[in-house]
Amino acid sequence: MDTPNTDVIQGTMDMLILKTLSLQPLHGFGIARRIEQISRDVFKVNPGSLLTALQRLERAGWVESEWRPSENSRRAKYYTLTRAGRRQLDTETADWKRRIAAVGRLLSLEA
Amino acid sequence: MRQLWRSVRAGVWVLTHRRAAEGALAEEMTYFYERAEAEHVRSGLSPDAARRAVRAEFGSPDRAREEVRDFGWERHVVGGVGDLRRAAQRLRAAPSFALVSVLTLALGIGCSTVIFGAVDAVLLRALPYPNAQRLVVLRDYGADGEGIDLTLGTFDELRARSRRFAYLAATDPWRPTLADERAPERLDGARISANYFATLGVRPAAGRDFEPRDDQVGAVRVAIVSSKFARRRFGRGRPVVGGQLSLDDGEYQIIGVLPPAFIDVLSPANDIWAPMQQRSNAPFDSREWGHHYQVLGRLEDGATTDDARRDVASIASTPVAAFARPSWAAMTGGLMVRPLRDAVTQHVGPGLLAIAGAALLLVVIASVNVSSLALARAGKRRGELALRATLGAGQWRLVRQLLVEGLFLSAIGGALGLAVALTLLRVFSAICPAELSRVNAITFDARAFFFSLAATTLAGLGVGILPALGAVRAAQRGEALRTEMSRKDRTSPRMRRALVIAEVACALVLVVSASLLTRSLTHLFAVAPGFDASHLITFQVGGPGATLQSDSGRQHFYRQALEAVRRVPGVARADFTSTLPLKGRGEGYGFQAESLVADRSASGSAIRYTVTPGYFATMGIPVLRGRALQPSDTSGASEAIVVSESFARRIFGNIDPVGQRIRFGPETGSAREWDVIVGVVGDVKQRSLALDGTMAFYVAMDQWGWVDPVQSLVVRTTGSEGALAQRIKSAVWSVDPRRPVQQVATMEDVIAASAAEQRFARMAIGSFALAALVLTAIGMYGVVSESVSERRREIGIRKALGATSRAISVQVVRSGVATAAIGVVVGLGGALVATRMLASLLYGISPVDVGTYAAASIGLGGIVVLASVLPALRAARVDPATPMRSD
Repeated sequence: MDTPNTDVIQGTMDMLILKTLSLQPLHGFGIARRIEQISRDVFKVNPGSLLTALQRLERAGWVESEWRPSENSRRAKYYTLTRAGRRQLDTETADWKRRIAAVGRLLSLEA
Repeated sequence: MRQLWRSVRAGVWVLTHRRAAEGALAEEMTYFYERAEAEHVRSGLSPDAARRAVRAEFGSPDRAREEVRDFGWERHVVGGVGDLRRAAQRLRAAPSFALVSVLTLALGIGCSTVIFGAVDAVLLRALPYPNAQRLVVLRDYGADGEGIDLTLGTFDELRARSRRFAYLAATDPWRPTLADERAPERLDGARISANYFATLGVRPAAGRDFEPRDDQVGAVRVAIVSSKFARRRFGRGRPVVGGQLSLDDGEYQIIGVLPPAFIDVLSPANDIWAPMQQRSNAPFDSREWGHHYQVLGRLEDGATTDDARRDVASIASTPVAAFARPSWAAMTGGLMVRPLRDAVTQHVGPGLLAIAGAALLLVVIASVNVSSLALARAGKRRGELALRATLGAGQWRLVRQLLVEGLFLSAIGGALGLAVALTLLRVFSAICPAELSRVNAITFDARAFFFSLAATTLAGLGVGILPALGAVRAAQRGEALRTEMSRKDRTSPRMRRALVIAEVACALVLVVSASLLTRSLTHLFAVAPGFDASHLITFQVGGPGATLQSDSGRQHFYRQALEAVRRVPGVARADFTSTLPLKGRGEGYGFQAESLVADRSASGSAIRYTVTPGYFATMGIPVLRGRALQPSDTSGASEAIVVSESFARRIFGNIDPVGQRIRFGPETGSAREWDVIVGVVGDVKQRSLALDGTMAFYVAMDQWGWVDPVQSLVVRTTGSEGALAQRIKSAVWSVDPRRPVQQVATMEDVIAASAAEQRFARMAIGSFALAALVLTAIGMYGVVSESVSERRREIGIRKALGATSRAISVQVVRSGVATAAIGVVVGLGGALVATRMLASLLYGISPVDVGTYAAASIGLGGIVVLASVLPALRAARVDPATPMRSD
């Protein structure tokens, strides 16, 4: 039995994280859950790649992090989108749409 | 730009707050997993099942953390530091490997740096003059066909008639005494034609060059000095040009200082130069017509050395009336013209080349050893590496670890190598005979150091990393563990064996060379020098002072000095000689025997010893026929000559030489009186202990045409000669405190120094051979013990099947013997070729001496086989149960 591929499409992880954070600040687990839920379990995010990506985004200045108390009274690291992050999200989204449209056109070619 | 800054700041924060960073990451990761598990629990799973489910989904939190930790530039730093720490730990766990590697590297790097420095200085480095390839040296042919210096007359003629030279310059050694308030000091210098520096293409850094008017007879005395001398005498940065120097023959004004980098390659020690101010058209019996002017030419633009040769040959073969030539400067054989570079390098003794060759062999052995060690270690670590690769360590990570380990070793080895190089350089310049010209130009060469550091390191690293890559590849194919545990890498032991064979071969060449040199020296020092060297101490006393310009003044001084020295308690006898045995070539003179004038074979050149009459008794030179010189042989009496035994035999054959009439020195026509041979004394070695049959003649100081300004005082003492040196010096100074007394040495020192090149070669090659022996034994030990531990299973099985311990060890040793034997055979071939380089250093022994070769082969073979005995004993102790236990 083949298990469906749930890997995040290469190169889109940053965009997915930024998009998720554009709605509200979240901690790592929250981001992973949100991506799974919204993608209806098409994508699964593993913690190693997620936290690595978050470090990268933070160093790029697109997100900021802050320790805050969380639901279960434990402290969690919450990530917030910065203004630069929002700009980056717009760029990446536009870029992604342009490319996906091109792929769509190619795939819908008949014969 | 901002991003870069943020990244640097974040990385630095991580590095400086390692624990906080680690803690934060761990907390974040734990939180992630806890929330994931809590979700599963909420949907009805037990906590344990929830944990398992999360792990199945995401893998272990440690692995995930590892992944995050791998992000950022700082991880390379962290990893490198960790690797370094691990490398240090691992090396501490294998101290013998670390020690041997480091020592081998140090030896290899140190030696090759020095060799390169020496070879570069002596052979490769261009002469330090512009367009040096256009500089040539002109020489005349001596009686024995060897090159001799030109006469000033020949130089004048060449300068006037030659067409293909831009410049022709002459130089004449000059050793003036600097007489001022401090202790008298003798300087090395030269009297030169005014265009000497222009010929070399060098201009003074300060002041001016000589001009033709400075070279006129009677012109104001001027001198140019080296920067080294200027600094020493006047202090750094003090004005020198315009200063005065009081030399023994007058006051000199300094008009120029040469650039600091300037070296007079023809005599590198020179510090002072002054114009010759010699007469042209001097009479034939004057100093100007002696063969003591080195002549240097700069070819005209476009002219080749061959053009110059043709030019000079045509001048030599066509005498003209304007330039009369005496018979000894008739240029009948033409003149030699050769590039200055050849003239300079020809003085490089074969010793230096042999040493360079030997050191090269040592470097080869060292590199082989490093490779071999690295190979063995890599083989041992394949298991560990494969395991780590399987557990997920990336290829880069493993290679980095090995690199760090290798670089760590080579850094230590390099530091030690630097120390070795500096020490060797100091030893080289301290004990290297001065005759190996330009040796003083050998300096530490940073390029050479880093080159050899890189070369040896790469040899080790390259070989060490290849098997690691193999292990990683095997791991990636998923077969690492299996392969590693059961099947050994087959190529590495074979390669190591080949390496040991190479090592044994190189070591044999060194051992054979060292033994040949040692035996040759034993032969050489067993040679009787012709005099009794015990309790003899010698001094060089000299320098005509401003007050002692005249022969009679000097004569007076030497006679008084002798009396003063003879009064010193403990002095048995003392005399002066113009030439000290075993100290240079001596001064050769042509001669004419009255009874043999027609016989052209009765000619040649004899060394002149002008001595005070007691010389033979003081030196212990036996009088074989007739009488020695006597105090009565003074200026008024008829001139008495004593000749050496070889002179008597070669020139007079069976005729008794005593009573024969003879003339030495330039022929000045029949007007000159004949001298009479009054005695024959035993031969004395002059140039070297190895050269027999020196033709020599002795004449009393009072009867020779002039009094030599610099003479050697020989003193026979009743007790220890060392203690007397200072008192003897004081005795000379009591007569005249301005006379330099230098080069104090016992005659035994002089004899030892005469074989300095051989001794130096023996010492250098001997120590290289010793190092090679040690390295080779280590290499052999490594290979054999490696093969033993690889074959533990096989040995165990054989023992289980009934093989005795003895049979096992014999078999192991036998494989060692086979390896050594191949190495020895190859090495013998190499030695046959290599020892030809030594031929000129050997005395009384052939470079293919069978006994030496056999002894060296057996000795080296024995040591190498011995090195395989230890592992053989270990093999014998292998437990028959071993095969059952492994796997």
